[in-house]
Amino acid sequence: MDIKKYISSGILELYVYGALSESESAEVSRILKKYPEVRAEVEEIEEALITLSGAAAPKNPEFLLQSIKEKLSKRIVTIPVETKRTNWSAYLGWAASIVFLFGLFLLFDENQDLKESLQALQLDKVQLETAITEARNDTEKTRELLNAFRDRNVIKVPLPGQEIAPQAYAAAYWDKDENITYIDGKDLPEPPRGMVYQVWSLKINPLVPSSIGLLNEFERDENKVFKLENPNVSEGFGITLEPAGGSETPTLERLYALGTVNS
Amino acid sequence: MQQDELIAQLQSGNQKAFERIYQLYSKSIYGIIYNIVRDEKVSEEILQDVFLKIWNNASSYDHDKGRFFTWILNIARNASIDKRRSRDFNDNRLNLKSDHFVDILEARSNISGKMDAIGLQKYIDILGPVCKKLIDLLFFKGFTQKESAEELQIPLGTVKTKNRICIDKLRANVLR
Repeated sequence: MDIKKYISSGILELYVYGALSESESAEVSRILKKYPEVRAEVEEIEEALITLSGAAAPKNPEFLLQSIKEKLSKRIVTIPVETKRTNWSAYLGWAASIVFLFGLFLLFDENQDLKESLQALQLDKVQLETAITEARNDTEKTRELLNAFRDRNVIKVPLPGQEIAPQAYAAAYWDKDENITYIDGKDLPEPPRGMVYQVWSLKINPLVPSSIGLLNEFERDENKVFKLENPNVSEGFGITLEPAGGSETPTLERLYALGTVNS
Repeated sequence: MQQDELIAQLQSGNQKAFERIYQLYSKSIYGIIYNIVRDEKVSEEILQDVFLKIWNNASSYDHDKGRFFTWILNIARNASIDKRRSRDFNDNRLNLKSDHFVDILEARSNISGKMDAIGLQKYIDILGPVCKKLIDLLFFKGFTQKESAEELQIPLGTVKTKNRICIDKLRANVLR
């Protein structure tokens, strides 16, 4: 084996990082035991890395050692053992049968406990599986949004806040080809109880609004991005606050965000 | 070998050995944790947990699988990354990829005393931008070769050799 070549391949650095697979690591460990020069090399790499990461520490953490040690000592439990010489033989038979009965009872009890914890574990497992499925769905949704926002055919229309809520802000992402408009409502205030945001596609001259949908369950939507069907040829978008269920025409006194499409 | 002896003592529950291990590695591990979580108080909590884990799980370390330092490095990185991903920590923090151990060194060399500054400056000066990023990802953050190659947009095959050159530079300056 060409040790020089092995050392200069860079595998030892990755070994110290922990960036190798388990089997590759085991292989390096084996070679390291056999060749002292490999071992020396690994020790030097390690030392340089320890120095470097030590330099990134805000301070020397020596002061924490005491409190860590106090937590360690809690693990040590001493049980004083007392031994007394007695003539046990007379009682042995009785004691044995009592122990036996007690043991039976314990076994029965333990069996019950095990059954219970098995049930609990099964329940945990189901919950975990649900959580994983949910997480996957979320990821799927996020990926879809990301792709939509990246698509060059998607037009972004900023919708700045209007008189009633100058701090508000929303954005529309309009995918003309798919007839879909995404509304990002992250910076809209939470709608009051019984009210809902309604999104309008606008024709400007003359002004003709057509509803393209409601931002339902606004408070509970985690990312506040809503996907709405929009078959219109929009020249602008507006968002108004309407009574639950939405309205036929927009209530302009409660116009929260508005913007026009640049084309 | 001394190191092996020390670890064997740790595994048999020797507190003195534990203290020695703490002296050897705690500052480095603190640096790793701080680079990931960027909060002194939180880092100190994680550091304590990491060393308690080292004590409690020492017997599960197997020197046929890798270095002791690598073992504790993994514990520290995992604990820090878990913390960063946790709910109570999440909001308003920077993306894990966007900050970098060199920021810490640079920030500190600006505020700390002259002598310290010279000590830190040497790490910053000798490493080029690719080296800084590579060491940050592979060592500090525990990225795989593949992840690092993707992040830096360099071919996978060059990660190992490029990194070797970086570490050589570091060694030439740090160890003498």
